[in-house]
Amino acid sequence: MTIERAAEPFLLIRNLVKEFDGVRAVNDVSVAINKGEIFALLGSSGCGKSTLLRMLAGFETPTQGQITLAGKDIVSVPPYQRPINMMFQSYALFPHLSVWDNIAFGLRRDGLPKDEIAARVEQMLNLVQLSAYGKRKPHQLSGGQQQRVALARSLAKRPQLLLLDEPLGALDKKLRERTQMELVGIIEEVGVTCVMVTHDQGEAMSMATRIAVMSEGRILQVGPPGEIYETPNCRFVADFIGSVNLFTGSVAVDEPDHVIIDTPEGRHYVTHGITGTMGMPVAVAVRPEKIAVQTEAPTQEQRANASEHGYNCVQGAITAMAYFGNETLYHVRLDSGMEIKVSRTNAARHNDAALKRDQRVYAWWDGADVVVLTS
Amino acid sequence: MSFLKNLLTLRWLTGRRVVIAVPFLWLAFAFLVPFLIVLRISFTESDMGNPFGTLMTLVDGVITLKVKISNYLFIAEDELYVLTYLSSLKFAAITTALCLIIGYPFAYFMARAKPTVRPVLLMLVMLPFWTSFLLRIYAWKGILANNGIVNNFLIGIGAISEPLHLMNTQFSLIIGMVYAYLPFMILPLYANLVKMDTRFLEAAADLGATPLQAFWRITVPLSKSGIIAGSMLVFIPAIGEYVIPELLGGPETLMIGRQLWDEFFTNNDWPLASSVTVVVILLILVPMAIFNKYKAEQEARS
Repeated sequence: MTIERAAEPFLLIRNLVKEFDGVRAVNDVSVAINKGEIFALLGSSGCGKSTLLRMLAGFETPTQGQITLAGKDIVSVPPYQRPINMMFQSYALFPHLSVWDNIAFGLRRDGLPKDEIAARVEQMLNLVQLSAYGKRKPHQLSGGQQQRVALARSLAKRPQLLLLDEPLGALDKKLRERTQMELVGIIEEVGVTCVMVTHDQGEAMSMATRIAVMSEGRILQVGPPGEIYETPNCRFVADFIGSVNLFTGSVAVDEPDHVIIDTPEGRHYVTHGITGTMGMPVAVAVRPEKIAVQTEAPTQEQRANASEHGYNCVQGAITAMAYFGNETLYHVRLDSGMEIKVSRTNAARHNDAALKRDQRVYAWWDGADVVVLTS
Repeated sequence: MSFLKNLLTLRWLTGRRVVIAVPFLWLAFAFLVPFLIVLRISFTESDMGNPFGTLMTLVDGVITLKVKISNYLFIAEDELYVLTYLSSLKFAAITTALCLIIGYPFAYFMARAKPTVRPVLLMLVMLPFWTSFLLRIYAWKGILANNGIVNNFLIGIGAISEPLHLMNTQFSLIIGMVYAYLPFMILPLYANLVKMDTRFLEAAADLGATPLQAFWRITVPLSKSGIIAGSMLVFIPAIGEYVIPELLGGPETLMIGRQLWDEFFTNNDWPLASSVTVVVILLILVPMAIFNKYKAEQEARS
């Protein structure tokens, strides 16, 4: 959570707190967002992400803290005077106004000349490919079209900051995947800085340049999607983003270039140093897709990194398997009683070495592919 | 034959039909039949001794149908009736407008009040119904009379030396009408406003609308059906109102309800009174039909 950056960040949130009846919905949040970023606030419901977004829009007044946009403090600015527009969850399109009038609503409040409003609305309709639908009422449109109208309406005033509240939450799965790309394309075309709120990690990962993972009113980690996924900084983040196997144990060998961690499931050899001390309780996080699973013991060749020690390898029996088409997820019960998840990409159509239930297997992984979590 | 057989097996007697038939029959019995009787009387002549005559006679094998339309012609020609109808419409319109102006803010703040407070406010709106309508209108006499509460108070504080003439004026009539009909405006408006999604107001604010602009551009248009429903509930009964103009009105407050009463019971001219009634019903049916058409269109749209 570094706030200090070389250039002054575009949107700066400092020590923001929001209390509802003494309960802190947002608890001392500080984050800096750069111009042109698509920044995602990710968390489960009740984590405070929506409250944070509503404070940016101006619908909630912070109990404490500052919000500065382009160097100006906006906390005391009412929502209708902020250069910020929001695309609401399930859109909040005005049902009594046509698509055209919905998009023109904000422009009219600014008192722009008529022909300029018309030009801007047409431009927005073109942008979201709804030129032929200007006269329709919102309820005459499909969910995907409504979503695009909402986007056009929130972009029409050329806001300095665009807020998206669960932008794809109301769409079905297939449409969501297509719209994600479209939405990012439009936002990048317009070049607007964007803060989005979502509970869907896939949405955050595929759309955002950076993600802030929130829990209980706090930001736990901020970083690009790859960093959040591959180097989570705590158990919550590791577990929240994707799925993970956590082996808990303690540090047995602590060297600058590697560490060895003892767990009931066996020894773990990690090919990077950690900031920890000997004997410290830690968890080793291994993603299911980083684990190889096979019926024979891995060969020396296969286990170049960890082999010589015989570490990073566990044995167990398959208790359950779920076939997803592109991959198969196996649940393996280890001899220690712990159950781990292992996924295998179905690269070939016919796999002769397909694993079966109750089969005994070896599961092993590379010492470079794990993360040691100290909190 | 199969029709009779079907009828006898009672297979047509489904729950759905029974449920619809009960109110239907009630309306036919309590509204349609009396209306037809009134319609019939309006086309007859007043007889000696009888309040109204016959429409159809059978004498020597000849059926004579006598439809007298002069009552209607008389209503159309007589300036008094035309003026009374117009005056009724005027007072009903003023009442509706005032009820809307007073009732809208009330309903609005009721709908935006804390959910725990709302039932109490709703109770306060309905509380007057616990007392007889007649008594409440009578109470206004005590308030507005020359030696009533208002005048006594104003004389008491020295604001006036002579009592103001408040009773039996347009003023007292309108006060009574607005007072009596206000809940009928507030309740449908409240029901409409309380359902309104406040996110629309947030969206309006987000797009740069001040609270006042958001009210006129979003809240008012979205509560249109509530405004129409409340206005109809006030306007329609207000046209034919009898008790309030009788008790609080004066010589210059012509209302058709009072005129009707006079024709029936003072002049004993039932055919003319019936014609007046039929015209009143037509006057009320027209705005009703417009309202229903609007509702049907709205439902078809959503």
